[in-house]
Amino acid sequence: MSERYLQIDKVRMVFQTKKGPFCALEEISLDIRAGEFVSLIGHSGCGKSTLLNIVSGLVEPSEGHVFLANREVTGPGPDRGVVFQNHSLLPWLTCFENIHLAVERVFGATERNSALKERVQRALELVQLGHAEHKYPHEISGGMKQRVGIARALSIEPKVLLLDEPFGALDALTRARLQDELMRIVAATGSTVLMVTHDVDEAVLLSDRVVMMTNGPAATIGGILDIDLPRPRDRIVLGGQRQYMALRAELLEFLYRKQMREAA
Amino acid sequence: MGALPATVHTLKPPRVEVSLAPAMNQPSAAPEKPLYVRTKAPDWLPRALAPALGLALFVALWAILAKAGGRLPDPASTWHSALEVFGNPFYRKGPNDQGIGWNVLTSLGRVGIGFGLAALVGIPLGFMIGRFRFLSDMAAPVISILKPVSPLAWLPIGLMVFKAANPAAIYVIFVCSLWPMIVNTAVGVRQIPQDYLNVARVLNLPEWTVFRKILFPAVLPYMITGVRLSIGVAWLVIVAAEMLTGGVGIGFWVWDEWNNLNVQHIIIAIFTVGIVGLLLEQAMILLARRFSYD
Repeated sequence: MSERYLQIDKVRMVFQTKKGPFCALEEISLDIRAGEFVSLIGHSGCGKSTLLNIVSGLVEPSEGHVFLANREVTGPGPDRGVVFQNHSLLPWLTCFENIHLAVERVFGATERNSALKERVQRALELVQLGHAEHKYPHEISGGMKQRVGIARALSIEPKVLLLDEPFGALDALTRARLQDELMRIVAATGSTVLMVTHDVDEAVLLSDRVVMMTNGPAATIGGILDIDLPRPRDRIVLGGQRQYMALRAELLEFLYRKQMREAA
Repeated sequence: MGALPATVHTLKPPRVEVSLAPAMNQPSAAPEKPLYVRTKAPDWLPRALAPALGLALFVALWAILAKAGGRLPDPASTWHSALEVFGNPFYRKGPNDQGIGWNVLTSLGRVGIGFGLAALVGIPLGFMIGRFRFLSDMAAPVISILKPVSPLAWLPIGLMVFKAANPAAIYVIFVCSLWPMIVNTAVGVRQIPQDYLNVARVLNLPEWTVFRKILFPAVLPYMITGVRLSIGVAWLVIVAAEMLTGGVGIGFWVWDEWNNLNVQHIIIAIFTVGIVGLLLEQAMILLARRFSYD
């Protein structure tokens, strides 16, 4: 059954606009195994974030269904941990309190206060921010904020981690460090991950499979690329490998030859 | 005389810097000692000097006007009168003759009660109007019509309903404080970033937690702006309202001193009202800074 842990079944998304119905996603079906890291890649506006929002439950699909561990997704819920592009930490809460809000919601009914605190601290240590627990979001850097966002998403022990261009707003060096850290965390926790990205290197480096989306309107899956590079992966070692280069080239070929936008 | 050299120093350094700049680009000039050592007046000096100068100019202008004739008392006599008035601010000689301290406190009390009631009604109302589109559309025409009305226009209705001056004055304060509070709270609720609400949604937070941890803190800065505007308007209006209703209060005191033809006291009252208003405003700004998260 773990072959179909997260199941996206014939999902279609039509938005009602002033100019009439606009079909954003056309018949998308995708099965994700438990413990798998899958990336959605495509040009901006191809609906990859919409698909992620459908999985998170923030958006209801026009047709089709999403199943997570054999249960249908009918709305947002804490069995899915979401990391937003712009961290979305509450500025009036410290890092600790931001995570505590999530932990208390999920475990507050069954666990004592001390256990909840321990969970928060463990989540912060997982992203190596144990020292920043009493800091407010405006007192830490963008990369640290995003790490707190990841810690918050993981602290509730979700069945699947949903990342919406998690490192898109960061500078290249910070992004590289956080990608390494995400790989370490995912390996340590065995998380199932669905990530939206538009960064070819990020997709190849992190994923087990890369789902390539065609351009909208009526975007759908254009192809799926298996990334069978051995783990743990090292970006410097990989950078010189022919297999890595080939996978990268294949993605680039898809994005810039087959799906080139007329006016992007 | 002590301040003068300091201002000269503040003028000098920029000129020095310009003359040195080309020389510094040449490598040979690097080891030489600079021609000038920069001395700089402390930052606070010009900042303190400007307001002091402004006030001095104001008083000078006042003195000239007073000297030119008319019945305007000059600054010196007003100052002496003020020392007298503030020398004994809390005396009581019957209901119509009390110290300026009592008058100010009574006015502040009315503002406090009227404003407090307005906050109790306006803030929840603002939350609801901001949260529900339908309520907002419902309230919009009423608020737009009533907001520009001078609060004093409500006084006759207050007198009619309450049949007493004091509640009528409080009621006027209530009405004028209400609008900024409703409008700003509603705007604050509408401005809450969707991201924060998405956090609440993906965690399935209970409604009360959403209110406590997300809605309320996100709206707080807007609410404080509403409170600040309200208090400012209320303090403006109370003087006028008390002139009309009588009794004790700084507005009544102004009118009473006008009947006594004691113009010095009127000027003292004007400054007192101004300074109390300024303090209220500053207190609110401090409060707002405490709750800003940027």
